[in-house]
Amino acid sequence: MESVFGLVGKDFAIVAADSSAVHSILVHKTNEDKIMLLDSHKLMGASGETGDRAQFTEYIQKNVALYQFRNGIPLTTAAAANFTRGELATALRKNPYMVNIIMAGHDKDVGPSLYFIDYIASLHKLDKAAFGYGSYFALSMMDRHYRKDMTVEEAIDLVDKVIMEIRSRLVVAPPNFVIKIVDKDGAREYAWRESIKDAPVPAV
Amino acid sequence: MSIFEYNGCALVAMVGKNCFAIASDRRLGVQLQTIATDFQKIYKIHEKLFIGLSGLATDAQTLYQRLVFRHKLYELREERDMKPETFASLVSALLYEKRFGPYFCQPVIAGLGDEDKPFICTMDSIGAKELAKDFVVAGTASESLYGACESMFKPDMEPEELFETISQALLSSVDRDCLSGWGGHVYVHTN
Repeated sequence: MESVFGLVGKDFAIVAADSSAVHSILVHKTNEDKIMLLDSHKLMGASGETGDRAQFTEYIQKNVALYQFRNGIPLTTAAAANFTRGELATALRKNPYMVNIIMAGHDKDVGPSLYFIDYIASLHKLDKAAFGYGSYFALSMMDRHYRKDMTVEEAIDLVDKVIMEIRSRLVVAPPNFVIKIVDKDGAREYAWRESIKDAPVPAV
Repeated sequence: MSIFEYNGCALVAMVGKNCFAIASDRRLGVQLQTIATDFQKIYKIHEKLFIGLSGLATDAQTLYQRLVFRHKLYELREERDMKPETFASLVSALLYEKRFGPYFCQPVIAGLGDEDKPFICTMDSIGAKELAKDFVVAGTASESLYGACESMFKPDMEPEELFETISQALLSSVDRDCLSGWGGHVYVHTN
């Protein structure tokens, strides 16, 4: 089962997700990127049904870009989160998306923010959030060690503690994780934490 | 597990002497796991009207957005705020619209009507209104709340005493319910 978690620091937000793509007992790949860059200053980590996850996150990403093209200014993180909730809520009673989302962003006036969006479209702004079986370990570790206004080093240290806990205590633990960060300079990949490397495939 | 017990909530409203109080817990959960301890369940519609929405959080958020939309239109057209009785009928109508695919919410409405007379009511998820003169309750802790309110309530309480009563009724009830708690939000409105 997929784990995604995130937290807010002093002037940044971090989202981490496992990177295994699993189908029943088979692991298709171990370097699947589940955290999408919505625009220059937004990240969306998603977990859930694989097809729904890929389709829905791309749909949100393109709509966020469309808004910027039409209006000349980017959406705020709060607006993007509420838009996402609206799309999930509309689809809920027709053809629900089984996708849980952690959205992180940085706005000039508000600073960093993190939004928890359930697959049934419950929205809440939080300082720390987690989904999946890993959330039982992630939330407890973060409850213990999280403080407001942590530096990047302290936050990454906490993220590594959480990953260590998931790896050692979850029976079907994902081997690899990706960590992405968003701050005033933008959203970008921060690091991978790999304990299994896929064999490289030559380009055709 | 019932869909009404997915997120967990406790709501109560009480009438006092020319005032009302409405209170909720602060927990947002996903079944056994607590997600947040600062989740708001009571919303202000206008200065003299509050609505609390218990049940499924996603439906509470959707329903709140629809109600704000309807009230803002009403305000633009009528150039005045909605009376609590009218608003209760609006909520009831919106809920019954979805009779065969309902919102999983139980609202608690509290406000000051004509001549600042306090008004409270609750309804079930398909809009069956229940007006009361003393107190109304909703949520996963409703049975405990009924007991606590029945024993602690007195008619015509002043605002300070009303605040104390509603707070103690809420806290003692949520302490016996694992799905609600983590503190309370209490609004006491006098004129």
